[in-house]
Amino acid sequence: MAKPKVATTSLAGCFGCHMSLLDIDDRILKLVELVDFDKSPVDDIKEFTGRCAVGLIEGGCCNEENVKVLRDFRAHCDILISVGDCAIMGGIPAMRNGIPLQECYAEAYLKGPTVHNPSGRIPNDPELPLLLNRVYPCHEVVKIDYHLPGCPPPADTLWEALVALLSDKPVQLPYELVKYD
Amino acid sequence: MSDNLATVVRDICRKYGRERGRLMDIVRAVQEKFGCVSGPAMDLIAKEVGVRRVQVASVVTFYAFLSEQPKGQVVIRLCNDIIDQMAGAPDVARAFEEELGISFGQTTPDGKFSLEYAACIGMCDQAPAALVNDVPVTELSTDAARRIVRDLRKHMDPSRLVHRLGDGNNAHELVHAMVMNNIHLRGPVIFTPANRGEAIRKALAMTPAEVIRAVKTSRLRGRGGAGFPTGMKWEFTRAAPGDRKYIVCNADEGEPGTFKDRVLLTELPDRVFAGMTIAGYAVGAAEGILYLRAEYAYLQRFLEDLLDKRRAENLLGQNICGKAGFNFDIRIQMGAGAYVCGEETALLSSAEGSRGDPKNRPPFPAQKGYLDCPTVVNNVETLACVTKILEAGPATFSEHGSPGSTGTKLLSISGDCKVPGVFEVPFGIKLSEVLKLAGGEDAIAVQVGGASGQMIAREEFGRTICFDDLATGGSVMIFGPERNVLEVADKFMEFFVEESCGYCTPCRVGNVLLKERLERVIAGQGEPADLEYLQDLGQTIKTMSRCGLGQTSANPVLTTLKNFRATYNALVKKRTDGLQPAFDLGAAVGEAETIIGRKSEHAHA
Repeated sequence: MAKPKVATTSLAGCFGCHMSLLDIDDRILKLVELVDFDKSPVDDIKEFTGRCAVGLIEGGCCNEENVKVLRDFRAHCDILISVGDCAIMGGIPAMRNGIPLQECYAEAYLKGPTVHNPSGRIPNDPELPLLLNRVYPCHEVVKIDYHLPGCPPPADTLWEALVALLSDKPVQLPYELVKYD
Repeated sequence: MSDNLATVVRDICRKYGRERGRLMDIVRAVQEKFGCVSGPAMDLIAKEVGVRRVQVASVVTFYAFLSEQPKGQVVIRLCNDIIDQMAGAPDVARAFEEELGISFGQTTPDGKFSLEYAACIGMCDQAPAALVNDVPVTELSTDAARRIVRDLRKHMDPSRLVHRLGDGNNAHELVHAMVMNNIHLRGPVIFTPANRGEAIRKALAMTPAEVIRAVKTSRLRGRGGAGFPTGMKWEFTRAAPGDRKYIVCNADEGEPGTFKDRVLLTELPDRVFAGMTIAGYAVGAAEGILYLRAEYAYLQRFLEDLLDKRRAENLLGQNICGKAGFNFDIRIQMGAGAYVCGEETALLSSAEGSRGDPKNRPPFPAQKGYLDCPTVVNNVETLACVTKILEAGPATFSEHGSPGSTGTKLLSISGDCKVPGVFEVPFGIKLSEVLKLAGGEDAIAVQVGGASGQMIAREEFGRTICFDDLATGGSVMIFGPERNVLEVADKFMEFFVEESCGYCTPCRVGNVLLKERLERVIAGQGEPADLEYLQDLGQTIKTMSRCGLGQTSANPVLTTLKNFRATYNALVKKRTDGLQPAFDLGAAVGEAETIIGRKSEHAHA
């Protein structure tokens, strides 16, 4: 029987959650025995090759491309997990939510202390996705099945959750793996 | 100007004895004088009274009728509760905006007018209504709104807006209001001829313990809605250790759709003051406080005058009615616009000169209330009942009503009915009979008990008004066939989001989430799971909130979920695409499209 597939992505995140995933250390060898990776920065597969059992989402949605990717994940994955605080509630990127979008663009491209932009124009390039009016947590855009909190969630949390899901066991993490105080 | 500020603030503070406990009166007076309580004024008050500035600031920023920023010389507060909205408040609002050239929340550049919304101002029987400074203007139309602004521009005197006087004491020179009583049914207890002083003299002929026994025999229960046995409350307070005890009359009638206390205080304030005095005698208190909501400030002079008359007749003061050693006096504490202050512990915080934060219970006010002294807090109507019980005897009182809920109840009926107003009905009356009395038989839904009460569907109109079935502080709002009950519930949620004091998270945050999800369902974007979410979250807010406001704030959602399930079910549908229907990519990128100057390739695909 073919191994179940896992896909991962980082939307408006810092890749810290992916780093934490790599922190499972040598257990990654066990992981590749359990699963194949599909679309993911881990193997650099850009497009889905088929149906996936689990999708791990890092980061919230700050632009239109994030939304497209997230919807694509929802369409291809049986189970979607919001991994980390940015995916769950916007995190650091959502600090812009109280600031008008025009000001955000101006700070990034016109007025920021390190900006050199003699044209005085905000760039209009298809490579730069349009920003959303605010940063959205993933569950406001698509249905999310599980939330793994943490900034980032520790490797053990990710490991335990993945193993439980892939072996059809209930995801019941011990308190130590989801408490942060 | 600043010298003037310093002098005036000092004078105001001295008038109130520079007491910390009179901070509400002090900031109200400063607000009235200067149109705001500015930073420098707060500093001065803090220094005079001997508190920190933050304590003054916390009061100023808490109440709707106080502000740090200068308000207009005339503040127009349009009531925007659901009943006023149904009666045309949105059109009136637009007329005010057009005529003044400002939006709600703004002040005209010349500093003459501010325009604001108010939560229920207690005039639902003559909606739409507004307060112009202290002056209520009722049954507004767009024409009336325009005329009010034009007249005010000429004379800037709100009292001159009263072209016709209301009935009864509304026409009294000290009230001088266009408010109508709209008493449509007079029952055998409250609206009966009163003989000033009779009840007190009868009470003073008994021992305090006998008075309490009489109240217990009558089986009188609190009329504010919770229905706690009044006699028992008095007994606890009497038994509580302490030399100083207080009687507080809760006249902070803020529950949307309630206005019976307004009518009681207009027509039968003697009964209320007598009830307070009798309570004072029974529990051994020497001081009473009538906490009057700011919206009823137009009654203040009339009530103060009546207190003077009662002092002159020795119904208040020293050795009342010749009873040696029985001293009791009453002062009126004005509120400043906060629904939560109707909750008794919040009311006490407010009367003590603080933000209207609820307190932890226990200890209950009977043990530790006003200034930590044993305190009776009774509703206006409860105290009026006490007077009648002493006048006519407990047996006469308890022969009315039902076994668990004796006596009569004043109902404030408003909404889609022929004769909105006050009705004194016996407890145990069926809701259908109430609807018949008010001419609202074609109702599809009735909200009993105000925003925090229950939304009742037609199938349950056979239920009865009493503490054991449909308990109510008096608010009965009727909704006709053309109304959308879910939108009504949403409106109530807006009220709670606004009025939450913010102290505890379930109430401060939970109500916002509840409202958002409800609106998603109303917009047709809901799924069956959203109804479970509403139920769970509502239950959490109810269980986890600190005071009565939060504990009842989810009721609009919870009771409509229970009684109007079919309406909800028709709006939700299960989705299989895994997307959140409430998320609209087109709307989310719209602003960036304008700023950048290109269309999103994903949103319009």
